[in-house]
Amino acid sequence: MTALRNLALVLLVVSAMLGVFFFPPPAGAVEPSEMLKNPVLEARARKISSGLRCLVCQNESIDESNAELARDIRILVRTRLTAGDTNRQVVDYIVSRYGDFVLLKPPFKGITYVLWFGPGILLAGGLLGGVMFARRIKNKASRPPPLTLDEQARLKVIMDEGVDE
Amino acid sequence: MKARLKFIIPLGIFLVLAVAFGIGLTMNPKDIPSVLINQKLPPLDLPPLKGRDKRLTTAAIIGRISLVNVFGSWCFACLIEHPFLMRIKSRGEVPIYGVDWLEKNRDDGPKWLKEKGDPYAIVGDDPNSKAAIALGVSGVPETFIIDHKGVIRYKQIGPMNEKIWNKTIWPIIEELRQRQKEDDGK
Repeated sequence: MTALRNLALVLLVVSAMLGVFFFPPPAGAVEPSEMLKNPVLEARARKISSGLRCLVCQNESIDESNAELARDIRILVRTRLTAGDTNRQVVDYIVSRYGDFVLLKPPFKGITYVLWFGPGILLAGGLLGGVMFARRIKNKASRPPPLTLDEQARLKVIMDEGVDE
Repeated sequence: MKARLKFIIPLGIFLVLAVAFGIGLTMNPKDIPSVLINQKLPPLDLPPLKGRDKRLTTAAIIGRISLVNVFGSWCFACLIEHPFLMRIKSRGEVPIYGVDWLEKNRDDGPKWLKEKGDPYAIVGDDPNSKAAIALGVSGVPETFIIDHKGVIRYKQIGPMNEKIWNKTIWPIIEELRQRQKEDDGK
């Protein structure tokens, strides 16, 4: 049984390692023809693109996605940067078309407070509950309830008997 | 009483989360609510399809209640929707403007429309997603209801059919018509 489990473990580790070697991290989907000659602008474009969600693949950024819409948005980002837009202006334009959903990192504002603070509040609540629980257990263990009258009487009998023996 | 409360609180939290996740997980992630509702139609200026001569511009669309339908000859759902668009056209109630999106070949769109029928008043060619991005399109087909002042009033994601039309699209159009009448009366 343990041999079988060890074998499974070894297989798991080996396959994980193979995965690392055989599947290199995906290179960006940006094609050479899309890239801007100006390296500063290109770097800004890459930075913006990696924060924009591909609307077709949804969990990829447009920088990683091969979808045609992602390509066209990448090109739009570059066109706007070349025309002199700031990073903020470019992102704001895309958001004005697709909404906050297009941002991979949700913005910090009223309706997203739950998103940003929720996990922290849950964690704090859990910790508080845990600490209270641990304390109660400790108190119970260190201070047993006082003896009832019956128990005191029995204790007395036992003690007296002990002296007799 | 206090002991019972302690059991109810976690149960309550669980139920709230279960309902929230239940709603979240059964929603279609492709249905992205449009931020363009109640906004002016963005400036569009698309070249005509190959072999035609009318450009699809915002100026051409504004003035009457209309539909703007984004499609592509490569899109299977558009093929399903197509006969219904032909029916809308034959009823003659609202004009449909077409945005032919992401055709690889300039002949594909015209050929598709020639074979299957052309439900559109004007079709613009949008190979580089210029109009699609301006309209916040993420997939096809998508259909926008534009009022007589050129304001986007609704976005239908996915193919229309008789049921969706009767339940959602037509009531909106009727309401917009009512508003248009009131505006004309002033």
